[in-house]
Amino acid sequence: MLTAIANQLAFADEVAKTDPHQRKNVILLWMEGGPSQLETFDPHAGTKYGGDVKAIPTSVKGIEFADTLPRTAERMHLGTLIRSMTSKEGDHQRAVYNIKTGWRPDPTLVHPAIGAVLCDEFRETLDIPRHVSIVPGQWPAKGGYLGPIYDAFKMGDPNSPVPDLKARVDAARMEQRLAGLDFLESQFRRGRLSDLDQNRTLHESSTKAALRMMSSEQIDAFDVSGETAATLDAFGDTPFGRGCLAATRLIEAGVRCVEVNLNGWDSHINNHSLQSSACETLDPALAALLDRLEERDMLKNTLVVCGGEFGRTPTINPAGGRDHWPHGFSMFLAGCGIRRGFAYGETSADPIVDSSDPKFSPTVNIDKPVTVGDLHATIFKCLGVEYDREIETPVGRPLVRVEGEPIEAILA
Amino acid sequence: MKRAMISVAKWAWFGLLMLIAFGYMASGLSKPGEVDENETPTGVRQVSAENAVLDGAEQLAETRIPTLDAAAGASSAQLNSSESVDSIESVVDAVNLARQQAMLDAEVESAPTADWMTICRRLSLAMVGSGMSLEEIRHLESLPASERESAHLESLLHDGRFHDYWGERWMRYLVNDEGPFLVFRRRRFGHWLSENIAANRPYDAIVRDLITAEGLWTDRPQVNFLTVTFDSNDGSPDPVRLAARTCRAFLGLRIDCLQCHDDFLGNVNLGDADDRRGGRQQDFHQLAAFYSSAKTNGLQGVRTEDVDYKFQYLDADDTVDVEATVPYQSDLLPQDGNPRERLAHWVTHPEHRQFSRAAIHRFWALMFGRSITDAVDNLPLDEAANPVLDPIIEDFQSHRDIHRTIRIIAATDAFRADSKADYEITARHENNFAAFPLTRLRAEQVAGAITQASKIKSIDRQSSLLVQLMRFGAINDFLKRYGDLGENEFSKDGITIPQRLMMLNGNVLNEAAKSEPLLNTTGHLKSFAKDDSLAVDVAFLCLLNRHASEAEVEYFADKLQQADGRGNGLVDLFWMLANSTEFAWNH
Repeated sequence: MLTAIANQLAFADEVAKTDPHQRKNVILLWMEGGPSQLETFDPHAGTKYGGDVKAIPTSVKGIEFADTLPRTAERMHLGTLIRSMTSKEGDHQRAVYNIKTGWRPDPTLVHPAIGAVLCDEFRETLDIPRHVSIVPGQWPAKGGYLGPIYDAFKMGDPNSPVPDLKARVDAARMEQRLAGLDFLESQFRRGRLSDLDQNRTLHESSTKAALRMMSSEQIDAFDVSGETAATLDAFGDTPFGRGCLAATRLIEAGVRCVEVNLNGWDSHINNHSLQSSACETLDPALAALLDRLEERDMLKNTLVVCGGEFGRTPTINPAGGRDHWPHGFSMFLAGCGIRRGFAYGETSADPIVDSSDPKFSPTVNIDKPVTVGDLHATIFKCLGVEYDREIETPVGRPLVRVEGEPIEAILA
Repeated sequence: MKRAMISVAKWAWFGLLMLIAFGYMASGLSKPGEVDENETPTGVRQVSAENAVLDGAEQLAETRIPTLDAAAGASSAQLNSSESVDSIESVVDAVNLARQQAMLDAEVESAPTADWMTICRRLSLAMVGSGMSLEEIRHLESLPASERESAHLESLLHDGRFHDYWGERWMRYLVNDEGPFLVFRRRRFGHWLSENIAANRPYDAIVRDLITAEGLWTDRPQVNFLTVTFDSNDGSPDPVRLAARTCRAFLGLRIDCLQCHDDFLGNVNLGDADDRRGGRQQDFHQLAAFYSSAKTNGLQGVRTEDVDYKFQYLDADDTVDVEATVPYQSDLLPQDGNPRERLAHWVTHPEHRQFSRAAIHRFWALMFGRSITDAVDNLPLDEAANPVLDPIIEDFQSHRDIHRTIRIIAATDAFRADSKADYEITARHENNFAAFPLTRLRAEQVAGAITQASKIKSIDRQSSLLVQLMRFGAINDFLKRYGDLGENEFSKDGITIPQRLMMLNGNVLNEAAKSEPLLNTTGHLKSFAKDDSLAVDVAFLCLLNRHASEAEVEYFADKLQQADGRGNGLVDLFWMLANSTEFAWNH
C-alpha cells in the first residue's frame, strides 16, 4: 500500500557507494484496467478487428500509432515499442501482480514490485520516500518478500502539498513527546515478533520517516505549483499529467521509482470512446515527460515504462467493448539504455481469436513473443540490477530474481 | 369561478391519488406474502452509567446494569432457543484440538493466555470498532475475574454499537459502493442489517431476504441490495453485478472473469466436490439469469417476473436464451418456483458447505482483524479446508447463528492467546494460531478508539446528541484522510507515512487530546486525578485499555512533573499513548 523508508536510515553509511550521476531510476506509467493495443500503440486500422481508429505516422518511418496518441507519436524516436507482450493472466488483480512483479501470484510467496527491488538493491539515504505511487490505482506497488518498508508511498494529485507536515508544538516539546513515545515502544516490543517493526507494523520506521519529511526541503519535489503555466499546460490539466511532472521532480530529488497511475482503460463497453478518452490524458503527459527528461539529460539514466496489465481482445463484443486479452499487447519503453526509434514484435492483423479453434495457441498471432519475465529481465538490466541472481526468500526458498532473459534487440 | 372549481377538483384528485399510493405502501401490500415473523428486532439496550469515577470501581459497578444477568434476562426468545439447543463447548474443544495439531505440525509452542483486559479490548475492537471506555473497564473490574470476559462479550452482543458497527462492516461486502441517488438508501439498508444482527436472525434467513428482496427500497430496506446496481442496468437490478456479488459475498468465490470468457488460465475451478472442472462463461451467465427475474415496476419497486436473460457468448454468432441454473451442486437447486427463491434456496442450503465456509471465514476475519487466507472472498472449491475452522463451519451449517458463532470464536484458545511470550514469536506462530496475530486497526477503529479514549464514559446511542455528532464527524474526517480500505478491509499492510503524519500532526487527535474542563479525558484528569500516578494509570486505561506498569507510572509521572503545567503534560501523555504501536494495533 504505502511505504516507509526506514531502510535508508539503517543503511545511511552506504550512501557513498552510490554515485548520484550514475543512479538509475524508473518511471512507471501504469495504465490500470488494460489499455487496448489496437487503440494506442498497435493499430490495425481498416481491418476486421481494427475498430474505429485511424493509423498515423510517428517520428520513426514505418511505425504507426493510433490517432489517439498524436503527440506521443512525434516522440517515437526516443524509445522502443514492444508490440508482442504475452502473459497467462486475464484477471485484473492477478495480471497487475504479474506485470508489476514479474511473477504469477503464488500462495506461498509475495514477490516485490520493480521499484521495491531497485530500492533494495541500491540502499541510500533520502528524506523523502524513494518509492512513490502517485494517484495510485487499486493495487499499487508493494515490497513483497523484501518487506513492507519497500511498499510505494502513496500520494494524491500533486496540485496540493502533502498534508500534516507541520508539528503542532514547539521543537523542545516535540522532543519530549518523542522521547516518551520511544519509551512506550520499547515496552511494547518485549516478547513480541522479533521483526515487529520491519516486517509488520512499520510503525517506528514510518514515524522516523515522517519526522524526516517534516523537516526536509526535499518535500518541495512533491509540489508542482511552482512550475510555469506553460509547463503545467504541456503535461495536461489532469492529476495524471501533474503526476508525470511531479515524477520528474522526484527523480531529480533522488527518488528511485515513481509509479503514476491512470485509470479508465477497462472498456468492456464503448471501447473506442473509453480508450480515446484515456488517451487524451495519456498523450500530452507522456510526450511532455519524454521531452522534459530529454531536455534535462535525464533520459539516459531514467527508464520510462508505459503499459498496463494486459491488452484487449481483437474482437469487439456486442456492447461495443473489447474484453481482456493477454495474448499480444503493447509496452512502450524509453531511456536508460533502451534502443531509440525501434519497434519489436508484432501482432497479426487477422488473428485467430477462437480458443476452441485447433490452430489457436496463446502465441499463434504474435511474432517474437515477449514474456513478462523477459520484460522484467530487460528492465532490471537497464537499471543495473542483477536480473539472474538467486535470492534467498523468507520462506527459505532460493529464487532467481526473474524468470526470463533480456531482449537484447531492444538494448542500445 | 369555474376555473377555480376546476383547479380545486384537480388538486383534490391529485391528493386522492397520493393518499392511495401512500396507503398502498404503508399497508405493506408492496411486499407479497406474509410479514416475516423474524423481522422484529429486539435490540436490547445497555444502560450507561450516569457518572464515571476515575479511581473507583465500586460506584460505577452499581450504576451499570450487570450485563450477564441483563443479557440472560433480556435476550430474545430466538437467542435463548439457539443457546439451549446444544453447548458451544464441544465446538470450542474441537477447534482447540485442531489448533493443537496445527501447532504440533508446525513445531511451534502456544503463547500463554492473554490477560482479561487484552481479550476484552480485542472484543471491543472487533465488535464495536473502538477500545473499551473507562466506564466499561471499571465495571468489569468490579466483577469476579472469571466472569469478566464473558460478561463483556454478552454486554457487547446486546450493545447497539455492535449491531451498528457490524451492519456497517457487512455493508462493505454486500454493497460496498455509494449506489445511485434516491433509489439506493444506504442508511436504511445499514439500519436493517443492524436490526437483524440485534435480533440475531439466522444468517441464512438474512441472505435469503437479500436475494429474494421485493418491494420499494424505502419500504423494504433489503431491496437496496438490488437497487445499488440500478445505475448499470437502466434502473433495474443488474444480473451481472448481482451474480458476481452473490458469489463473492455469500460463497467466497471469485468468478468475475467468467463474465467475458471461459477460464483458460486455470484460475477458476467449479464442478462438483469430487469432479472439479474449469469455469465456463456459461456458468457465470446462467447464475446471473436468476436475477433477470427481478424487474422494477414503478411504485411497487422491485417485483419478480420470469427469467428473461439473453447473451451472446464469446465467439458465438448469435444471442441465445440463457437458462437459470447453478455452476455446481445442482442437486440442491429446487426444480420449480420463483427464480430468486430457487437461487436463495441453493445458496443457503444446509448441505451447501461453501456458504457456511464463506460466512465463517468472514466472521473469523472480523473477529481477528485479518483473514486466514489471502482474501476472505477467494476460497476456491478445490482448496483444502482449514481444520481449525472446520468445527465452526459444521456448527454453522446446522445453527446459522451469528451470536453463537461469535461466542465460539471468542472462546477459542486462538482468540485468547497472547501476542507475546517469553520466547521469540514469529509469523509462523501467528499463522498456526499459536499467538494472536498483530493486526493494524482499521481507519474507523483508530478514529473510534481516539474519540472513545477522549471520553470517560462510553459513547453510545445514549450519549448526548452533541457527543454522538462529534464522534460521527471525527470518524468521517479521519476516514477521508487516513484511508478507508473498503472491500480490501483485511489487507495485511503496515502503517504508512501519511497515516503517521496524520497522527503526529493531524486535527482529530489534536482535538481529542486537548484539555477541556470536564468535557474530555484530559480535562477530567487535570481536575480530578488526585495525584500524577493515578492520572498516568487512568490515561493508560483510557487509551491502551491496560494498567500502566510501575516503570511506566514512574516515567510518565515524572514527565507530568516536568511539563509546563499539568494540562499540557496530560495532553502530551494522551498524544504519546495515541501515537504508540500498542494503540494502533490489535494485539
